[in-house]
Amino acid sequence: MTDMPNHTTPHNSLLKQDARTVKRNRAETRFKAYGIAAISAGMLMLLILLSTIIGRGTGAFQQTFLTLDVQLLEAKLDKNGNRDLEEIKKVSTFGYAPLMAAAMEAKVAQAGIVTDLKPKELEDILSKDAAAKLRDFVLENTDLIGTSVEFRFLTNSRVDGYVKGRVTRESIANDKNINVAQLDLVDALRADGALEKRFNLAFITGADASDARPEAAGMGVSMIGSLFMMLVVLALALPIGVAASIYLEEFAPKNWITDIIEVNISNLAAVPSIVFGILGLAVFINYMHLPNSAPLVGGLVLTLMTLPTIIISTRASLKSVPPSIRDAALGVGASKMQSVFHHVLPLAAPGILTGTIIGLAQALGETAPLLLIGMVGFIASNPPDGIASGLMDPNSAMPAQIYEWAKRADPAFYERAWGGIIILLVFLVTMNAIAVMLRRRFERRW
Amino acid sequence: MGNFLNVAPTTLLVIVVLILTALAFFMARNRAMAAASGDARKLHSLPNYYGYNAAMMTAIPALFVLAIWLFVQPMLIQNSVISLIPQAAVSEGSSVNLVMSDVRRVANGLTTAVDAGALTADAARDISTANTDIRSLLAESGVALGSEVTAEVLNAAQRYRSMQATGQWLMTAAICAISLIGLFIAMRATTATFRARNLVERFMLALLMIAASLAILTTVGIVFSMLFESINFFSLHPWQDFFLGDKWSPNFRGDSDLSILPLLWGTIYISIIALLVAVPIGLFAAIYLSEYANSKVRAVAKPLLEILAGIPTIVYGLFALLTVGPFLVDLFGRGENGILGVDWMSGATSVLTAGLVMGIMLIPFVSSLSDDIINAVPQSMRDGSFGLGATHSETIRQVVIPAALPGIVGAILLAASRAIGETMIVVLGAGAIARISANPLEAMTTITTRIVSQLTGDTDFASPETLVAFALGLTLFVLTLGLNVVALYIVRKYREQYE
Repeated sequence: MTDMPNHTTPHNSLLKQDARTVKRNRAETRFKAYGIAAISAGMLMLLILLSTIIGRGTGAFQQTFLTLDVQLLEAKLDKNGNRDLEEIKKVSTFGYAPLMAAAMEAKVAQAGIVTDLKPKELEDILSKDAAAKLRDFVLENTDLIGTSVEFRFLTNSRVDGYVKGRVTRESIANDKNINVAQLDLVDALRADGALEKRFNLAFITGADASDARPEAAGMGVSMIGSLFMMLVVLALALPIGVAASIYLEEFAPKNWITDIIEVNISNLAAVPSIVFGILGLAVFINYMHLPNSAPLVGGLVLTLMTLPTIIISTRASLKSVPPSIRDAALGVGASKMQSVFHHVLPLAAPGILTGTIIGLAQALGETAPLLLIGMVGFIASNPPDGIASGLMDPNSAMPAQIYEWAKRADPAFYERAWGGIIILLVFLVTMNAIAVMLRRRFERRW
Repeated sequence: MGNFLNVAPTTLLVIVVLILTALAFFMARNRAMAAASGDARKLHSLPNYYGYNAAMMTAIPALFVLAIWLFVQPMLIQNSVISLIPQAAVSEGSSVNLVMSDVRRVANGLTTAVDAGALTADAARDISTANTDIRSLLAESGVALGSEVTAEVLNAAQRYRSMQATGQWLMTAAICAISLIGLFIAMRATTATFRARNLVERFMLALLMIAASLAILTTVGIVFSMLFESINFFSLHPWQDFFLGDKWSPNFRGDSDLSILPLLWGTIYISIIALLVAVPIGLFAAIYLSEYANSKVRAVAKPLLEILAGIPTIVYGLFALLTVGPFLVDLFGRGENGILGVDWMSGATSVLTAGLVMGIMLIPFVSSLSDDIINAVPQSMRDGSFGLGATHSETIRQVVIPAALPGIVGAILLAASRAIGETMIVVLGAGAIARISANPLEAMTTITTRIVSQLTGDTDFASPETLVAFALGLTLFVLTLGLNVVALYIVRKYREQYE
């Protein structure tokens, strides 16, 4: 034990790292940085996406209006003076145009604006929809005929774009719909205070409009279409999905048929949505002759699409109910069926509900299958007047309406498409928030 | 109007059956209680089960027969009426089916006329073409007919009407009888010892089974609906051109080149770019979240990333078309005015546009699947590696990733299947020109885009240009299904290793 170990200087010390350790530590830092970079990249994408949506979409909720004092001349609107609605209805929008023209000229004169525009050009800064809106207003308030009313007219989408900064004096060089003199008029009217940007409820509640009138287009009717589709999905997918899950989780014997069903469901969850659209077209429309573009058909297709999602989440929540609950029920004399329906199902209900809401949210945002069953390409102009017509009459749906606007040529529709996305996302966020709240509130750890 | 009358008696019949059902429930329950002299403990089942059983017996067979009847009756009537139409009445260039639809129209027209009061029921049965102008008579009550009504057609139509009326009566009588017999049997069976609950539960189990097999039915529906139309397509268009040709140029006057290869190329090219974006970002994000991040970062970053998965694809499509596309044009196009000063890109739609945006969409898909898989690697393997002196990153690269590799490959395959089947992003972002080219700045088109464009607008289900969509759909279905099956197989097999 007298031999002393040969003291040599160690290759590396704790105080001074050798080259290799430095290299390895650098690699470590680098690797970690990649991870942080990846996360930040993901966050950045999310940020860009959301800021684009909000930045470009909020404009759609505001619209430029021009307030004019309109003389509702009895001589023009109700010649006989008996306020008979049928007779007033006979006056078409052309009958209202002169009233608007007169109001426009009066406004220009009163504000002291000097312009060499012709009356027709003056009127062109208003929306092509303006006369129809005025007519609707008069038909609802026939007692106002013969008086002067202050009416807020929608302006043309180019004027709206100019006020919002989308249209500039340079960009309209080749535009036949508006000229520089009209923009001068707009500036003058803005200075006067008659022309202003304000909140536009019609975008949320109104119907779609034709290509020439982007300023009048709204999401309301397609929202109702989506609502009816979701009702169909809820009415079919929830009971069928829950029944299927109960069978598979509680009753199914372990055999090849059950295996096939299970593999089938997990594969169906991954089938591209457009394939469900083809199925809907072939089976519901071509074979069963259900009407094209009907929310009922859309709902059926989305039901088939949502079923796997609901089944998977329902099975998970049935599985999380401990066997002791079932055993206790069986022990006091309940049948298997009673133990499931009286005890397991109520305990699993919050989880099932959460899964269903998430499935519905998915279905609400789905577009591709709706294109194939014809829920695009036409103008959904009137809200349905009952449950049957809501289900069977052609309608659009929120995502289909957004697609429709994105396909149109006029850039004024793009703003509305982004605005539509904001509305759609508000619905999705609300549904998901409800699902999260339900989970937080009712989640039980056994 | 005629349609309305066909439906209304049936609806009425259903309502009658439902009323009988409700009645059966209460009657049977009361009878059971009476049989036990008011003491439910003496019954085999709870009183309600006797009611359910009677309701079931009253409603199910009746409604089942009703459904079959409604399906079979029109066919039987059609067959017997067709035999009334002599071969001579089928004019040149027409077919029995066309004459049959004439017959149906006249029959419905007569019904409408009777409803409108233009004809009495007897007159509708007895009029003949010899003394009346049927066409103008029907026109008066608002039924427009395309051509003059021949004696044979009128005769067949009258026969059609009388058979339909008879059928209606027979059906009403039969369904009511079945319903009542069911009610009667159930009431007879309702005694204190009757095992009502067992019967009801067996019925419920059958319902549950039917619900579960609906999944299979959907798959069968998908396969068959596409298979039949695809077979139609291949009988109109050579399969060699579809699978092996190199051109896609549908032409609605016929004689089009319909080859899947250019579409497949576009699909795969876009998917590859999407995966090039999604896999590195998603994988590194998953590694960071599962290996480095503390629970606070995890709790914030993971749900935020998953928001990307919850955004509807139409939003990504719009983002591609209106934001990413124009940005790429600013970057790679516009010549001197562009950011790079080059002129390689002209339109906003391109493979790169669609691929990049699809990549963003797939990030959370790759990251959350990989996250699960990396978390499933046992801690002991990491501890072993640390014990040998490896740094954290060396452990991840040399131990964790190799162990998780099969699962990660599975996740990537699942993401690829998503990318191939994605529709809205490519419809808005990829363009409509079918070509095989390596330039990612050019517009190309994909299988899903062509399905949408061939099946929207005016479609004619007898032309190969429309039917090709079904063949494309079937290919897409097989492709994604194959990828899924392989991916799930790999993932499952891997999971079993550590369980």
